[in-house]
Formats: sequence, structure tokens, C-alpha cells
Amino acid sequence: MSEWETVIGLEVHVQLATKSKIFSGASTLFGSSPNTQACNIDLGMPGVLPVLNEEVLKMAIKFGLSINANINSPTQFARKNYFYPDLPKGYQISQLDNPIVEGGVLEITLKDGSKKKIRITRAHLEEDAGKSLHEDFEGLTGIDLNRAGTPLLEIVSEPDLSSPEEAVAYLKKIHSIIRYLEISDGNMAEGSMRCDANVSLRKKGSKKLGTRTETKNVNSFKYVEKAIQHEMRRQIKILESGKRVTQETRLYDSQLDETRPMRSKEYANDYRYFPEPDLLPVVLSEDFINSVKDLMPELSEEKEKRFIKEYKLSDYDANVLSVDPNLSNFFEEVVVRSRDPKLAANWIMGELSAFLNKENLSILETKVDSINLGNLLSRIEDSTISGKIAKEIFEEMWNSKKSPDEIIEEKGLKQVTDSSEIEKVINQVLEQNQSQLEQYKSGKVKLFGFFVGQVKKASRGKANPEQVNKLLEERLKE
Amino acid sequence: MTELHKLSIKEKLKGLKDSTFSSQELTESYLKRIKKLDNKINSFITVLEERAVKSAKEADQRYASGSALPLDGIPIAHKDIFCTEGVLTSCGSRMLSNFISPYSSTVVKNFEGSGSVVLGKTNMDEFAMGSSNETSYFGEVKNPWKEDYVPGGSSGGSAACVSAGLASGATGTDTGGSIRQPAALCGLTGIKPTYGRVSRYGMIAFASSLDQGGVLTKTAEDAAYMLKTMSGHDPKDSTSLNVEVPDFVKEINKEIKGLRVGLPKQFFSMNLPEYVERSINESLKVFEKLGVKIIDVDLPHIDLSLPIYYVIAPAECSANLSRYDGVKFGYRCEDPKNLEDLYMRTREEGFGSEVKRRILIGTYALSAGYYDAYYLKAQKCRRLVANDFKETFKSVDLILSPTAPDTSFALGAKTSDPVEMYKQDIFTIPANLAGLPGISVPCGQHQGLPLGLQLVSDNLEESKILRMAHHFQLNTDWHKSWPELD
Repeated sequence: MSEWETVIGLEVHVQLATKSKIFSGASTLFGSSPNTQACNIDLGMPGVLPVLNEEVLKMAIKFGLSINANINSPTQFARKNYFYPDLPKGYQISQLDNPIVEGGVLEITLKDGSKKKIRITRAHLEEDAGKSLHEDFEGLTGIDLNRAGTPLLEIVSEPDLSSPEEAVAYLKKIHSIIRYLEISDGNMAEGSMRCDANVSLRKKGSKKLGTRTETKNVNSFKYVEKAIQHEMRRQIKILESGKRVTQETRLYDSQLDETRPMRSKEYANDYRYFPEPDLLPVVLSEDFINSVKDLMPELSEEKEKRFIKEYKLSDYDANVLSVDPNLSNFFEEVVVRSRDPKLAANWIMGELSAFLNKENLSILETKVDSINLGNLLSRIEDSTISGKIAKEIFEEMWNSKKSPDEIIEEKGLKQVTDSSEIEKVINQVLEQNQSQLEQYKSGKVKLFGFFVGQVKKASRGKANPEQVNKLLEERLKE
Repeated sequence: MTELHKLSIKEKLKGLKDSTFSSQELTESYLKRIKKLDNKINSFITVLEERAVKSAKEADQRYASGSALPLDGIPIAHKDIFCTEGVLTSCGSRMLSNFISPYSSTVVKNFEGSGSVVLGKTNMDEFAMGSSNETSYFGEVKNPWKEDYVPGGSSGGSAACVSAGLASGATGTDTGGSIRQPAALCGLTGIKPTYGRVSRYGMIAFASSLDQGGVLTKTAEDAAYMLKTMSGHDPKDSTSLNVEVPDFVKEINKEIKGLRVGLPKQFFSMNLPEYVERSINESLKVFEKLGVKIIDVDLPHIDLSLPIYYVIAPAECSANLSRYDGVKFGYRCEDPKNLEDLYMRTREEGFGSEVKRRILIGTYALSAGYYDAYYLKAQKCRRLVANDFKETFKSVDLILSPTAPDTSFALGAKTSDPVEMYKQDIFTIPANLAGLPGISVPCGQHQGLPLGLQLVSDNLEESKILRMAHHFQLNTDWHKSWPELD
């Protein structure tokens, strides 16, 4: 196994979150009934012409700037010719020469915390095709052209990835960037981000690339990992039996967890690209590019560094909290209220994440919002409640959507900090545990922990732990 | 009143304004002529009788209320390449023989906005591919001057109908000469404006970087009226020019004295028929009398035009015609066995042989391994031709040549020899490659068939060529003669 080295390049299609389509005024909303969001232009009616939606230029430039790439001006559209029923014009308007974004770099973080730079060859704009619906129509194929003309940014990497894990890290990074830039919702289940994986193997140490296969349209992080793993196993088997890998386009079947060749009808070998005569080359002025620059948000890498510096978070915590813009916003909203960043980080990555994961919710769907979580944590900080009680309260907040103060009030969970109250409990505990008290006094000091536990139990966790320690110590010295 | 069709657009507008006749009378007189004569020449695919009468009545109301529009009540015809909402828009093809367009082209809308009455949709070579109007699925069009002769193409229906007095004027499209050549062969004035002057939105594409809408009329003045209406920037067409449209009608009266006309030596060193050369020479004398200077010019790369065109136009058409696959609209073969069968038989049965020939040529020219040698080289050479013109327009205002190499030819004479047919456009294609405006004007006759001369100017100088044509027509009578059909 170790004799082989995997070389992976990814082509990622990102649906851009414009209101209208790339070349028409039709809406891009997902999930409408078939063919209700396709206008004459999307349908490829005779005589219609494309008009470029300026928003897509801004979005592509944002992406280009985020990976320090060149923005080509003029950038040129081209026709990619192939026949398929869900491609209304018989060609897709895409880009070949002078794509809008060329030559960038993106840094991924691997599991061991190390970083790796992945080169991006290009990112170009194109229109999405419609959908062929094979179910529901016996012996026929239904065509839904709602998706036709939805803007896509195709991001092509250099073959710099060398494992399925790296491929997933790369995809997650792109996913993070596009959501930071707000150029896509990144919803993979709805096909907002899809991936083609080019995989080849070569003998370790060899400089020459092996024959690659292209596995098309993989639409989740998990499937990308599995598809590549399968492709690696398959190719190793072929190579080790002395045969050659065939250069071909394959499809990943998630149900069987395997890749298989696409029928030749499902793709064309010669797309006969030529410059799109209906769209003039687009000149992007310095001013225009600068105006987009002004719209650039703080990206995850900058944010990660800032979190370490400003909040003194660990590298790991800063990385986890900065990948997802919604999560990092949530974190900062909590910090505003709780003032202890480390505590906020622990709670978000611990308790909150566990609850979200259990119900498979995103941070935007959380049942405890940042205000309430911030207030809860500030109650720990001002010693109103203990950390342990806070967890109980959190669960209650999650289920009832009540504020922490309401719950503390209702359930009487306020921490006891009144010394005389705590002393009362201590006396009670010592009285009830005479034999342990004698053992302690005869030198078995380990029993101190036992008494602490008993006091906590008797106070139902409300007694302030520091005070318990202090008062108990004093009392036992007597 | 029987001669209403012989009035110019200007005279018709005056007659309508003065209530000498109504638009309804004018429209009905045309409809009557169409009924009587079009079975001989087959210039219309669709006649919109009711619709025309209805819009004529509306125009009459506007005249009565003093709110007349610029071309109010003038009956015209549209080439069947312009999408017209609710009306069959066939593009001369079986493929679209059932296509009722769900929308109107910008050109159709512009004429609607000017109050024109649309008599119908005219016959044409299939998808505008042809120079004789013999490739139409709806049958060949006959030349009103001689019925067993071709009217030229691809706007052959538009040319024949205006020439026969079945419409005041008609729209056309010109990819390699499809307005100017039929205008010449039918004794009309035909103008192809600068690429981008007229919106291509809703004009069914043949070769997108060459296609341009224009008009065929009896006179340059009529052409000025119609061109003014149809031109202008259209945000729906990204290649449409965002420039002001001059008042062509006013501009044509400016004098032409002092203008310099260039004669490309390449065009006159061909073996042209004696009567073609003679008609040009006599026309030159007319221009010289009007104070125009004649200068010999050199367009060194002009000979490459035909081969360049027959790479670029088919390449673009091969993609433009991919949408006709039987899936969404138009013709679909009977009982397709599977997807491939649907594609193959739909296109086999839906397209005629010239269209298929060009799709094949274009597909080949764009194929991997051939792209650089054909398409890319043709694009580079296209730039050379455009530069030749640019250079030449530093020393002359216009370029003059015959429009076509000869008069019309007999039906069927060239159908078996595509290259001979392609040579029809040898003088007209260069203007399309360079995006320049060009006009054809009647300048003679031979054996009862009209001859035309072509004037090409620099970009956006339609006014100049219209002005030249107008002054020529003020001093000649070729445009005044009518074929004897009645």
C-alpha cells in the first residue's frame, strides 16, 4: 500500500447566491415546482440572447481576492458544446481562455494542526444546467429547467492534494470561504456545492503523474472522501496486477460505495469550445475591482489570528471557531456578554456543539441563542451559579427556550454564598458522619474530598465550591 | 386608388395624415394584392390579415385623434426570422414549422411602437442559409421580375414582396449579404446597418457575430424611415451599440459633393460580365457629376473573405442550431426509440440539406485538432480584412462595388453546386466580417433583370450611405421601375 502515492485535483462547482440567474432575470430560488422559474432565455428559445448579471462578477472577484489570485481583464465567455436534454441551448456558456480568476493559493489545516498550501489553477463562471428527472416518469425522462442558468463558479485546483483527508480539508476550506464571502449558501444537500475529483496514483518518489480518472458530481464531504478512497483501492488493484488505469469519467454511487464508468453518452469528449459571440469580452476596471475589495469581509485566517491574539484562545480553539463565519459570529456575540473568552469557547465547542450535533442542527438553528448563552456564562462568572448547575440550566434553556435568569429564579438554583448558610450545612454533614470525622481527625486527611462531596450534595450543588472548601477546612481544624 | 402601393412611405404618411386615404384602405389594398399575386411568387409564409386590419384601424384612430406615431398605419412585412408573439415564426424551416413564438423580438416591438401595420411574415432560406431562397421548407420564392428566376436570399421573401408591391417595405437580416444581394436581384434598396445598430434579440440566430437586421425598400428614403424605427440600443442584446441613432430621414438630404468613393481593385479585376461593369461605370458618372471623387483603393486581404466566412459562419451556426433537438419546442420525430434516436431523427428530418451541410462544416472547424487551423485562423484573417477597411477609410468615405456578380439566375441553376452559390456573396461578405454598414441600390438592368451597386462606409455612417443612395436615386430612374405582375 505504502508503495503508492495519491495525486488528487478537485473541481468544485459553487452555486453563487444571486437573486436572478447569470444570463436572465429569472429567479434562482430553490425548490419551486418544475419549470416555473425558467424564462425564455433559460429555455433557450429561438432568438434569445444572454445578458450578464453583474453580481456574478463581483462574487467571482471576491473569491479571487480571497485566494490572492489574478483577476483577468478582459475576461471572456465561451460556448461549451454538448447535447443533453437538460441543457436547453445544446451548449453551456462557460469560460475557457481568460477565466475571471487565475492562479491563487489556499491554505488548509490538517488533522495534526499542520498547514498545507494548495494552488488553485483557475476559477471560472458558467451557467448551471437543468435537471433530468428519471423517477416518476415510467419510460420517460422529465426535464426541470428551474436550475438552468443558475450561476456557478467552478474552482479548479492543481493536483496538490495527496489524500482523501486533504481533499476534505480543502473542500471544507472552500466551503468556509464562500460562506464568509456570502457568495453562496454552501448548502451541499441542495447542490450548492458539488465536486469532481481527479485521482491518479504514482510510485512514491516518482515525478511523473499517473493516468487519472475523473469522478463526477460528488455532493458531500463524506462522499468525496469515500469516492476517493474507493478510487485509490480500485487503481492500486489495477496497477498491482500490472494493468493500466483507463482515463475516463466515472460516477460515485453512494449506495454501493463504489465508482463506475459513466456511459459515454453522459459526457462528451470534444466540447468544441469557442468564444461566445453573444457576449463581448468583459473589461474589469481597477475601480471596479477596488470597489469589490472594499466589500471584502475579515476571512477565517485573519480571524483565527485575531482570536489567538485578542482572546488568548489556543490555536486549536481559534481554528475551530473561525472556520464557520456563523460560528465565529456567535462566539463573539457570547464574549460581549460573558467577558471570559476561554469559557465561551469551551461552552460553544462543548455543551452547545453536543446539543447541536444531537439534533443535527446548524449554529443558525440553535435553540439557545448567543444572548442567552452569554448571560448564562456571566452568571457563572459572577458566582450566581456553579458550572455544574449551569449545565442543568443550559439543558432547560435548550428545551424551554427560557432565559437563564428565569430558570435560576424559578428553580431556586441560585448559588449559596452566604457563609452562615454553608456553615449550617457543614455542621449537618459532620453530625451525620461522625465515624468519618473521627477517622479524619486521626489522620485520614484524604476524607476531606468526601466531606466536600457531601456538602455539595446536601446543598443540591448550590453551595459555592470555593467557600465550601474554605469553611470546611476551617471547621475541621477546630 | 389602385396605385397606393406605388407611393413612397413619405407620400403614404402624408396621405394618411391628410385623410386622402385611411390605413385600413391602404392595408386592405395590400392584402388584396397579396391574395391576388403571392400565389405566383410565394413571398409570404404567413399573412396576418385580421391582425393587420385591426392595427390599421387603430392607426386610423390615432390619426383621427391627432396622436399619430412615426410610421403609423404603414403596412410592412417581417422576415420570418423575427420572433413575433403568438404568430408562427418558422425561420423557413420544418424544424420550426410549428413554432408559435411566446415573445416578440425587439425589432418587431420597435415597429409596433411606431404604429406600423404588419401584413405578414416573409419566406426565407432555411435559417437564413442560402442566396436564392431555394432552401426554404415553405417552397422557393420567385423573382417578381421573371418568375422562373430566384429572388436572391436569404431575405428572398422580403425582397420579392416589396418588389411586387405587396408591402411598403420589409425587414430582413444580413449575415453575408442576405439583405443586399436579394435587394440587388429584385431591384430594391437594401441596407444592412453597422453590427450592433439593430438589436438581435428575438432575431433567430444563424451566425451571431455576423447577423444584423436591416430593411428592404423601394427607395433609400423609405429605408431611412424604416431604419430609424428599428435601430437603437437594446439592453437585452449585449452586442447592441449604446450610441445615438441619427435622424436618417433628415440626414439623407445633405449634399454629397466632395465625398470620396473608393473602388477596390480586387473587386474589379474579376471577370465580371460586361453589363455589370457597364452599369457600375455609368453609375460612377452619375456620382462624379454630383461632385463625388472616385479613387482606386487596395484591400489586400479582401480575397480571403469568402473562405473566412465559410469557417466562422458555419462554426457559429453549428452551436446556434443545437437547441433544435426535439426536446422543448419545434419539430420532433415520430416515436423516438431513445434519446439518441430523438436527436438524430429530429435533426435529420427537421433540417434541410444546406443547413446540415453548414452544421457539419462548423462542427468540423471547431473540433479538437482543427480549431487552430480553421476557426482561430479565420478569426485572425477576419481581423486583417477589418484592418484593410479601417486603413482604406482614412483616404475615402465609401467603397463602391457591384452588389452581386451578376443578375438573378434561373431557379435550380446553382442548387447542385454550393460553392457557386456561395460566390453570390463575394462582394457583400467583407462588410459583415468587418461589421460595417452596406447598402445595395438599383443601378441598371440586363435582359429585364435588375442590377445593384453596393456602397459600404465606416462604422455608424449609415447616414452617409443612405445620403449617397438617395442622391443617386434623385438622378436615376432604376428604382422607379416595377415588375409587370398584374
